[in-house]
Amino acid sequence: MGENCEGQCRQTQFAELDKVIEEYRGTPGALIPVLHKAQEIFGYLPEEVQYRISQGLGLPLADVYGVVTFYSRFTLVPKGKHDIGVCLGTACYVKGAGELVGWLDKELGLKPGGITRDGLFSLETTRCVGACGMAPVVTIGEEVKGRLTVEQFSEIIREYQQK
Amino acid sequence: MTKSSHILICHGTACVSSESREVYKALEKAIDEAGLADQVRIVHTGCFGFCARGPIILIHPGGVMYCEVSVGDVKEIIEEHIKKGNIVERLLYRDPETKEKKTGFDAINFFRNQTRVVLRNCGQINPDDIHEYIAKDGYKALGKALKEMTPNQVIAEIKKSGLRGRGGGGFPTGLKWELTAKSSGDTKYVICNADEGDPGAFMDRSILEGDPHSVLEAMAIAGYAIGARQGFVYVRAEYAIAVERVSHAIEQARELGLLGKNLFETDFAFDIEVRLGAGAFVCGEETALITSIEGNRGEPRPRPPFPAQKGLWGNPTLINNVETLANIPAIILNGAEWFTQFGTERSRGTKVFALAGKINNTGLIEVPMGATLRHVIYDIGGGIPDGKNLKAVQTGGPSGGCIPAHLLDTPIEYDTLLELGSMMGSGGMIVLDESDCMVDIAKFYLEFTRDESCGKCTPCRIGTKRLLEILERITEGRGKEDDIPLLQELAEGIKETSLCGLGQSAPNPVLSTLRYFKDEYMAHVRDKVCPAGVCKKLSRIRIIPEECKKCGLCARECPVGAIKGKPRETHEIDPEKCTKCEACLKKCPFGAIRK
Ligand SMILES: Cc1cc2nc3c(=O)[nH]c(=O)nc-3n(C[C@H](O)[C@H](O)[C@H](O)COP(=O)(O)O)c2cc1C
Ligand code: SF4
Ligand code: SF4
Ligand code: SF4
Ligand code: FES
Ligand code: FES
Repeated sequence: MGENCEGQCRQTQFAELDKVIEEYRGTPGALIPVLHKAQEIFGYLPEEVQYRISQGLGLPLADVYGVVTFYSRFTLVPKGKHDIGVCLGTACYVKGAGELVGWLDKELGLKPGGITRDGLFSLETTRCVGACGMAPVVTIGEEVKGRLTVEQFSEIIREYQQK
Repeated sequence: MTKSSHILICHGTACVSSESREVYKALEKAIDEAGLADQVRIVHTGCFGFCARGPIILIHPGGVMYCEVSVGDVKEIIEEHIKKGNIVERLLYRDPETKEKKTGFDAINFFRNQTRVVLRNCGQINPDDIHEYIAKDGYKALGKALKEMTPNQVIAEIKKSGLRGRGGGGFPTGLKWELTAKSSGDTKYVICNADEGDPGAFMDRSILEGDPHSVLEAMAIAGYAIGARQGFVYVRAEYAIAVERVSHAIEQARELGLLGKNLFETDFAFDIEVRLGAGAFVCGEETALITSIEGNRGEPRPRPPFPAQKGLWGNPTLINNVETLANIPAIILNGAEWFTQFGTERSRGTKVFALAGKINNTGLIEVPMGATLRHVIYDIGGGIPDGKNLKAVQTGGPSGGCIPAHLLDTPIEYDTLLELGSMMGSGGMIVLDESDCMVDIAKFYLEFTRDESCGKCTPCRIGTKRLLEILERITEGRGKEDDIPLLQELAEGIKETSLCGLGQSAPNPVLSTLRYFKDEYMAHVRDKVCPAGVCKKLSRIRIIPEECKKCGLCARECPVGAIKGKPRETHEIDPEKCTKCEACLKKCPFGAIRK
């Protein structure tokens, strides 16, 4: 993943990106698949990465930027060490997911789209992760947790703070 | 070698999130250690539908279902059930009413009251093994179409079946196929719309997770019928399990020559590619979806021309929803006649719903069209939890509306739901109880559409924002009585003038709640109270005098000293001082404090 990685490692990432671009060059509709792969490599899509892609695929930078900002999955800012996703799909909303978002704001000053000052947590709200039966649902990194109360949620976050 | 016992374990999204993968591993290990590896087979499946009680496992022979199985239960299952043949009682499903323990699907109301056409294989087979699909007559319909039917006959059969699109609009599927087939052009495409951006809906994803080949097979049949050689499955990158399963299924189908060239030794060729969406609700709209596959911002464009005439890269394109497609192999194989036995005159077949919200059995269900909402909510869904009353059912997601409890006997059909000011939509069904505020629900959907509006046309971009502002005002106690006719007028204007279906349907949640729950709006604007106690600024924390046992606990808990009353006196809350922190509410041992 892309966090905290300068110099040597950055070069490797760009080399990897170049390979992806090479593979897709000439394929119609390549931009979105390339952006998906680029975000996998870097963790986010900073301007330099967008520039490289625009050059590589022969597209205006404005088009690349336009696409990146249109889709909610693409992000311009790095993620925290633990990326939290609170589901605000309807099922989760009526089961109180809004309170979980409120708690994060109150306790950690963490708002949707933001990252904590120590870089430990970032927060996105998602719309239905498909586990509505377990509402309210939260994802932390790869983990999915369901049927959460504010108390349980705060305990989980405290655990992650220790990790 | 045949194995004497089969253990099916659900690997749908909900069960995976409650650790069914860990249970799978534990089962594998325990079976190995017990030396039973050549007698017991473990199979991971897609969603059984009973997600509320996941992880679910099913053991054959006998068809015994266990709910909420954890890693810690595995040893007992192997020791007792597999080795000794004793059922592990404590893991069985218990009927909430009769308290009886039930062993199998057939005994459980949730399953007994369903009719499974689309979900015929979900939870029954391993979606990662094409041979299991083939064993269930998979790809037989494709063979039949290619060998025994002309493209026109295929289209005629679909038309005769009366199948209508399950992606929202309910357009007749056979007619759409015919229009695309008749469009001129050598290059044509088939697209499977698996974007499913509706919040609270997970049907399409579950079909792809549980039975991906049924969709691939249908796409190939569609390709044959309209004259296309290439298909795309457009699915969100977020739906990792669905993406993985469908990609894997495509590879397996290619290996067996069921995709690619010379299918069934004919000269028909068809292949499929997966394209990942990136989280924009509007990309479910067909013209926006096409623009997105082409690599652009997914903005809709005016129709006509329709995709059937001018779609992907300017070529005739057939777009169908996942569930629509999953019906196709069954129709071809069993005939249109068979299909028309399900459903009603104008809505043939069955419909899959994602049942969620304030309901006991959340999950994935399928019923014949024409079933009543009451049947779905009480007979299958098991009613409302915590002894609360049902208030409304929200269908159709952001494009739909709320149906109030007194209309529960309405049969579920495309047209009846439209008449009620709601919509079939893709099939999300959210049950709301008395603790939900209808103004707040309307606001929730408007926040969603405001966020998801692509911004291309003004009525939708600015109109949804204005609607939302008014709703925010109302829920914060700053609403005026004039706001209600204003909402109505604005909503109707946006509906009429927006470019695409998103804007055209965005006001529906407002209009339908205004229609059935005007008194709740009035309570907010005139009396400045939120009857359900949801809108914080309008809710009041109060002590019910008859229930207060005068213990004094609450007064000690209140951080701002808003609670008056000495021990052995009924306590009271001073609304001027109270900050609505709800600390007292949680503290009262007798539940005498309410919102
Ligand atoms: C804003 C918007 C979002 C939509 N989202 C979806 C979707 O996620 N999945 C889907 O199948 N259809 C969606 N539709 C409907 C499609 O535009 C299209 O009608 C459908 O895919 C056609 O397939 P069908 O005839 O099989 O229903 C959406 C429509 C609109 C206006
Ligand atoms: S109605 Fe809304 S989503 Fe549709 S084109 Fe207009 S702005 Fe975009
Ligand atoms: S805690 Fe409950 S019972 Fe006790 S004084 Fe307060 S309201 Fe009355
Ligand atoms: S809600 Fe909070 S502020 Fe209000 S009375 Fe209860 S404890 Fe006091
Ligand atoms: S609404 Fe949250 S998982 Fe579906
Ligand atoms: S995901 Fe397992 S039963 Fe639905």
